[in-house]
Amino acid sequence: MLTIGMGALLIVLGYVLGLYFFDSPTAGLVIAILLWAIMSLVAYFQGDSILLQMHGAKKIRPDDHPRLYNVVEEMKIASGLEAMPAVYVIDDPSLNAFAIGRDPRRASVAITSGLLRKLNRDELQGVIAHEISHVKNRDVLLMAMCSILLGTIVLIAWYGSRFLLFGGAGGRRSSSRGGGQGQIIILIVALVFMILAPIMAQLIYFAISRKREYLADASAALYTRYPEGLAAALEKLGSSTIQLKSANRATAPMYIVNPFRKKGLKASDLSSTHPPLSERIRILRAMGGASFGEYDSAYRQVHQGGEGVIPAGAMAAAAVPLTTRKLEGEAAEPDEVQRARETSDAMWKVSNYRTISCDCGTKVRVPPNFREPQIQCPHCGKPHQL
Amino acid sequence: MIPGIIIGVIVVILLIMFIGIYNGLIRLRNQVKNAWAQIDVQLKRRYDLIPNLVETAKGYMKHERETLEAVTKARNLAQQVSSEGAGERAKAEGELSSVLSRLLAVVESYPDLKANQNFLALQEELASTENKIGFSRQFYNDSVLRYNNKTHMFPSNIVARMMGFKEGEFFEVTAAAERAAPKVSFT
Repeated sequence: MLTIGMGALLIVLGYVLGLYFFDSPTAGLVIAILLWAIMSLVAYFQGDSILLQMHGAKKIRPDDHPRLYNVVEEMKIASGLEAMPAVYVIDDPSLNAFAIGRDPRRASVAITSGLLRKLNRDELQGVIAHEISHVKNRDVLLMAMCSILLGTIVLIAWYGSRFLLFGGAGGRRSSSRGGGQGQIIILIVALVFMILAPIMAQLIYFAISRKREYLADASAALYTRYPEGLAAALEKLGSSTIQLKSANRATAPMYIVNPFRKKGLKASDLSSTHPPLSERIRILRAMGGASFGEYDSAYRQVHQGGEGVIPAGAMAAAAVPLTTRKLEGEAAEPDEVQRARETSDAMWKVSNYRTISCDCGTKVRVPPNFREPQIQCPHCGKPHQL
Repeated sequence: MIPGIIIGVIVVILLIMFIGIYNGLIRLRNQVKNAWAQIDVQLKRRYDLIPNLVETAKGYMKHERETLEAVTKARNLAQQVSSEGAGERAKAEGELSSVLSRLLAVVESYPDLKANQNFLALQEELASTENKIGFSRQFYNDSVLRYNNKTHMFPSNIVARMMGFKEGEFFEVTAAAERAAPKVSFT
């Protein structure tokens, strides 16, 4: 629905600008659509390899990381993906993962070495299931198309404003239009659209991205039959604020968590590509079964009523409630950083410091002689009551 | 003249819808068949993995001959009946799963074996294969669900009945031992 809205925006913009500049809305329409087509072709053939190279991702063989490779293969089977995706590891301490592939037959999944170390098997399975569902649901293709749509709208609006500034050539030359009033109205309409269209398109883009994230979470729960795995993984992800070095604004929607997660940005905030982590975790944990219907009712439960988030077409496929079954969990491999953190936590406790977990992921240490009624988080500034 | 054209258009639209639904049913039914074949692939993988596992374990577990032999026997039997009916197969595969979990439980008391890199790799492979068998069954059941939904729900059930699409069978776990998920822990 939203995508159609965005497309409509492009068409309206083209129509209106064409009307103003060329007295021919069709010309405007044609130019808009042509621009979009060209940009789409270029983006399609540019390929995923550029993105992978940008992150320094290294393709792995099955023997390099057998557990990771097996988990990806398991999720490929569970989701019914046609071909095994290529698996990449990014040597980076941050915790993130993404999937690319406009065609489910030629997909790739990448994960940072930091995340690979931190997760146990169930959690890794949840994350990989989430990524693979992006490929299966053609989210990558959809988001790419939308970002191109967005780019085209912005481009046209920008060029429109330039032409306007440099003389409004077309408008004045018209003689077939009756009277100056008609001209001014069209000018105003054109101006309004030129300013509003990029903004509205951006908002729609972010809304689409957030919706697909919910769908991917629901799919992950369906494939693994174990939503707690993904929930636990998201929790671990939330507690780290190390930024992924090579993250790029244009590709932000494809990561499992927003790589630009800034301190305390209440990200039900319209400008975020991902829904807030705490909310995602709460929904996953509120699920009583593993089907899409369960996810939808959990979503509505967390949001206290209102409409659901899964498209109706997807829900019809799983009318029967499915059971959640715990897989064989594997103890997490001992992690030095983890052990260091646990030790330091113990030391703080021994010195009578209180620990408050802030929503942004920071652990606020309150000294024993602190007498104020509230303390501010040093990272995001959010006040905490004592 | 006009009513004739309108009827013609309606007929064409209905025909297109019919073809669309029919093709959708064919696609779903083929996916069910494919999913069933995928289970086979994973089961075969398990057959190939087991001899290697037994060989590696043999060197360390000198006092567990019966357990190891039981595994080999169960595996050979399962491979033998793999071309027979679903009932026979389910029984044999269930047997193999329970014997394997018994073996892996016994491994716990052999720290040397547990430290062996080779064995660890094989264990991971085996655990993964068990998971894959589970997931391929899950995917088969999911495919059957999707197919059954289409054959039961309106309006595709009309097409289904007309063209003779039967509903699919869910893969049910019959052996009680298999139903209890084998507790395999590698700590």
